[in-house]
Amino acid sequence: MSTTAKLAFPGERVVVAMSGGVDSSVAAALLVERGCEVVGVTMHLAGDASRCCSLDDADDARRVAEKLGIRFYVANYTSQFRSEVMEAFADEYLAGRTPIPCVICNQRFKFRHLLDRARALGACAVATGHYARVERDPSGGRHRLRAAIDSAKDQSYFLFDLDQAQLAKALFPLGAMRKEEVRAHARRLGLATAEKPESQEICFVPDGDYAGVVEKLRPEASARTGDIVDTGGRILGRHRGVHRFTVGQRRGLGISAAERLFVVGLDAAANRVVVGQAAELLARQATLKGVSWVAGAPPDDPIRVTVRVRYRHEGAPAELRLTGASCAAVHFDEPVRAVAPGQAAVFYQGDVVLGGGWIAGSLQ
Amino acid sequence: MARRIYLDHNATTPLREEVVEACTRAFRSFGNPSSTHFEGAAARAELERARTRVASLLGADPAEIVFTSGATESNNLALHGTLAAGRAPGHLITSRAEHPSVLEPAESLERAGVKVTRLAVDASGRLDPSAVAAALESEATVVSVLWANNETGVLQPLSEIAQAVKARGALLHVDATQAVGKIPVRVDALPADLLSGSAHKLNGPKGAGFLFVRRGLELEAWLRGGPQERRRRGGTENVVGIVGLGIAFELAERELPERAGRMAELRDRLWEGLRATLGAVRRNGSPSHVLPNTLNVCFEGAPGEVLLEALDLEGVSVSAGAACHSGSSVASHVLLAMGLSLEQARASLRFSVGHGVDEAQIDHVLGLLPRLVARVREVGAR
Repeated sequence: MSTTAKLAFPGERVVVAMSGGVDSSVAAALLVERGCEVVGVTMHLAGDASRCCSLDDADDARRVAEKLGIRFYVANYTSQFRSEVMEAFADEYLAGRTPIPCVICNQRFKFRHLLDRARALGACAVATGHYARVERDPSGGRHRLRAAIDSAKDQSYFLFDLDQAQLAKALFPLGAMRKEEVRAHARRLGLATAEKPESQEICFVPDGDYAGVVEKLRPEASARTGDIVDTGGRILGRHRGVHRFTVGQRRGLGISAAERLFVVGLDAAANRVVVGQAAELLARQATLKGVSWVAGAPPDDPIRVTVRVRYRHEGAPAELRLTGASCAAVHFDEPVRAVAPGQAAVFYQGDVVLGGGWIAGSLQ
Repeated sequence: MARRIYLDHNATTPLREEVVEACTRAFRSFGNPSSTHFEGAAARAELERARTRVASLLGADPAEIVFTSGATESNNLALHGTLAAGRAPGHLITSRAEHPSVLEPAESLERAGVKVTRLAVDASGRLDPSAVAAALESEATVVSVLWANNETGVLQPLSEIAQAVKARGALLHVDATQAVGKIPVRVDALPADLLSGSAHKLNGPKGAGFLFVRRGLELEAWLRGGPQERRRRGGTENVVGIVGLGIAFELAERELPERAGRMAELRDRLWEGLRATLGAVRRNGSPSHVLPNTLNVCFEGAPGEVLLEALDLEGVSVSAGAACHSGSSVASHVLLAMGLSLEQARASLRFSVGHGVDEAQIDHVLGLLPRLVARVREVGAR
């Protein structure tokens, strides 16, 4: 674990964000084995409605903490999480975008609120069960965020919005491990969470019912029916709210057409869902806002990068140009399918994350 | 785990060695107190010895003591047993600074048609006896008062309240859970009709409590299922716990004046030390009408739950004074009722001393706090 050599020496106090899942359980265990004074904290975020971060999960985390012989606390952030993450999530959908709340949760909750709490507790770092790596420059310079060894599990995409100060205090003990090794380690230690199923979804969206969550948070959303149109503006059908759609989506349109139709755009102002053929989903360019540089500073301009436009995207080679203080434009070498506003575009060079931004729009 | 400093005696207390020994012995006398045979009679004798000990501390008749599983059950029994038993139309007067074991039964009685009046407390946490008098509409009223508040230690003007209640011919229930063993609690001096308490707040075991029910008062059972406790509480008695309760009360009766003096010394040492080293601290609740062992302090700008965790990591146990169910904390309703802001309530900690605490421990905590408070404030200020 040479990548974390400068943080969390034996005897030092470290706070581990324990979700009650197997990954953060093992992250805590590894730090205990390293000889750190580990303090487990479950952040109570989404309230009891959520599948994860619920009090049941806190109980699982507590059992693991007890097994590891570490102190454990539950920290309540439900009211901040509701306004800063959940309501923002609903508003993004209502604005015709497809949000990723996990990025905001990492940036504001795990590595701001929890990091603050860790400092108040005299801890030197916050560790999580994320699959990512931080490389610390031995000369005391910059910290580099890198993808995990296990590329199938890599979560560096969700961490792009951290800054250098946050990275300096972040520990990802699983970054060099494969998922099977993590589970095997949990089994070896007899941790209660060893066989817990994977959580793939957003923690406060049960059963993938995004629309239901949006309508619960913003009840006015359910009444916003509107037209489904083609790219020429021809009305093809009706929809029950733009928040029910995502760019690239094919199912649930309720339109019979000769060729396959996809959502190619969401016009929240006109309350329209725009559909088109597969070719119309291809973008050559994306405009970004809220661009940040986890690597430390904006790079030379322009710069060659690999851009991931959603979590499961393998990445597309592109040229990146800065267009303003926190704005950028990405020119893909080859057209990229379903570039959805609201998602993050994250810039990589090899497995190093340079930074990223929020997709504002795309051009064919 | 290194040596800990336990300053949370209002949450629960360590068992006295005498209690552990008595309980251990009682585990071997397994009889059911309701049985006629030898084993039953032996258990019954243990139970009655404990009843005598409790009655003796309280100045009550043993027949007036009903054993329960703890003060929460006692409070439920007191309220449901009088108000749900059809003293119609029924009116409950209580305060906004009560323990949840009164507030929640009050809500359920309210849903069942009982009128509930929740009186305000002043900035020092005290009720105004004349407000109690003014709220008394009829004799079909139960007034329920938490004598010593668990969070602040504030003592209510109980003699004046009792006077007003009795003048109206109404019933008085006193939750004396925190008071017993720390101040004199005597039902021969106080005209309470019902009085609740438990064992584990005075170095006895958890799971054993009592309700004093003044002779002649009709009280309907709340937990039904047998003739135990003169039909006022069904279920086989927790003999081991009750034996421990009896010993804890016996010790309290013997040691009370000395114990209270000792608690006050330690508590005052802590407060004086805090004032000297930290400056910007305020004490919540009346400093004169207060339990000898309790100190509730607002560390403005330092979130109490974080400070609690920071202290815990240094080996010191205190309470954030907030209702903490599985850690999800909300600001204390007691402090809010006293007019503290949400911020102030969340920045408050409760220190409560008791058996086993000494000067060296208090001084150690005083040595730690300035650094911890500064660290928590620094982060809290962001």
